[in-house]
Amino acid sequence: MSTAGEWLRGEGPHHQIVISSRVRFARNLRDRAFPGWAKKAERTAILDLIRPRVEELAEMEDSFSELLQDLSALEKQVLVERHLISREHAAKGVGSAVVMNRRQTLSIMINEEDHLRMQSIRSGLQLKQAFKLVDKVDSALESKLEFAYDQRLGYLTACPTNVGTGMRASAMLHLPGLVLSELINQVIQAVSKIGLAVRGLYGEGTEAMGNLFQISNQTTLGEKEDEIVSRLTKVIETIIGKEHDARQVLIQKKSNTLWDQIGRAYGVLTYAHAMSSKEALNLLSIIKLGVDLGTFPEDRRLPIDELFIDTQPAHLQKTSQQKLNAEERDHLRAQIIRERLKLFPKPDISKMAEESGNGATAGPSNNE
Amino acid sequence: MLCDVCKCNDATVFLTQILEGKMQKVNLCDACSKEKGVQDPTGFALADLLLGIGAAEEIEKGAPTQRCPVCGFTQADFKKTGRLGCSACYVTFGEGLNTLLKAMHKGTEHVGKLPQRAHRAVELNDRDQIKQLEHELAS
Repeated sequence: MSTAGEWLRGEGPHHQIVISSRVRFARNLRDRAFPGWAKKAERTAILDLIRPRVEELAEMEDSFSELLQDLSALEKQVLVERHLISREHAAKGVGSAVVMNRRQTLSIMINEEDHLRMQSIRSGLQLKQAFKLVDKVDSALESKLEFAYDQRLGYLTACPTNVGTGMRASAMLHLPGLVLSELINQVIQAVSKIGLAVRGLYGEGTEAMGNLFQISNQTTLGEKEDEIVSRLTKVIETIIGKEHDARQVLIQKKSNTLWDQIGRAYGVLTYAHAMSSKEALNLLSIIKLGVDLGTFPEDRRLPIDELFIDTQPAHLQKTSQQKLNAEERDHLRAQIIRERLKLFPKPDISKMAEESGNGATAGPSNNE
Repeated sequence: MLCDVCKCNDATVFLTQILEGKMQKVNLCDACSKEKGVQDPTGFALADLLLGIGAAEEIEKGAPTQRCPVCGFTQADFKKTGRLGCSACYVTFGEGLNTLLKAMHKGTEHVGKLPQRAHRAVELNDRDQIKQLEHELAS
């Protein structure tokens, strides 16, 4: 767990705009109280029943398997920041566990809101691949455990919003072009009309920090899993197209503003000595856009992507190996960013003439 | 304005979600917004929250005093948490839940993955039916 997982390396399809893709299934054992309602003894009994079955999965060879009670608050927070467990799961103690594979592409929470929450997270736009993995793991577990299933309602979950497929598919998108050109609200509204949800990854609506947005399916009953995944993938491909268009328009019509934003972000990140998480995310987002547009060399992409996670509160404390208050965190955050940006060349506006156009076409494609 | 969840503290977090053209609003106090994980959009859906607030009334209609025979869960518990007690609750509170599910989802019936067991059951059924037909035709 000392190093970040595969999805953070940013090598998947459309990785400039799609940070990660995630698919999770919710499953429960038949006629056993859901984790939120079960007494401690029953929760523990359910955990003891499920955990060995999860650990023996072929996909979980050499896995990281921990009881939540054995993890420190900081360790839990690190897992939350890497999106490997939910915030809700991090609050759990006795009777809950997490099992994840070495590559950190598959993580299974036991006794979160449901008895089983299995998720696969991949870099870039890889919803189909993430779905395939979770589906395979689900089928393997199903042969050993009796899941709560109803012929009419499908898989039964603690919250009725998840009943049916129990599946939530989502992608994290970086959309600075749409935010800068003030088109993001239109996109959010259009997408919400077709039963999908878009929200800021940190913060609400247009105030999304770091221009990061999560798009996911809202409903789970009445539509097949692969249909949900295909529909979501198509919508995301359209949004990718819109984002590229917005960037192109910014380059052509507002290049001074764009250049100013990138220059300021570079200046502040290079010289600041105190920086909040929010400011860091917003400025890093602009630098990331700068890499996409060619004002910084392509090999600077990874260090920036890593900073998005490494400047989060728990990761900072993990680096410093001590508990830090907010002020100390802000100083350390600024220090880490300054150090990493030392080797960063100044932004080169001459390279920004034309967007590389990587994946700029909005047409549907199979990322198989 | 009071918090929609605890109804005692002043609301400080105001959420709006537009879904399929319908606008839904929830007002929360600081404590409830944290408890409901509003700060963590990855694990939070407004629908879940709205459900916890509005859904209990739907369930109440179907089963005012009912208690789940498997886990002892009541509609009052649902009102509190917005979550059900166990898989059998879907039968116990079925009537009220159906209205709710209809409003919440794309359809009312699962059309997705079938567990292997269910698969076998369906196949078994088919075979039985074929035998039955053969039997009827032969007689």
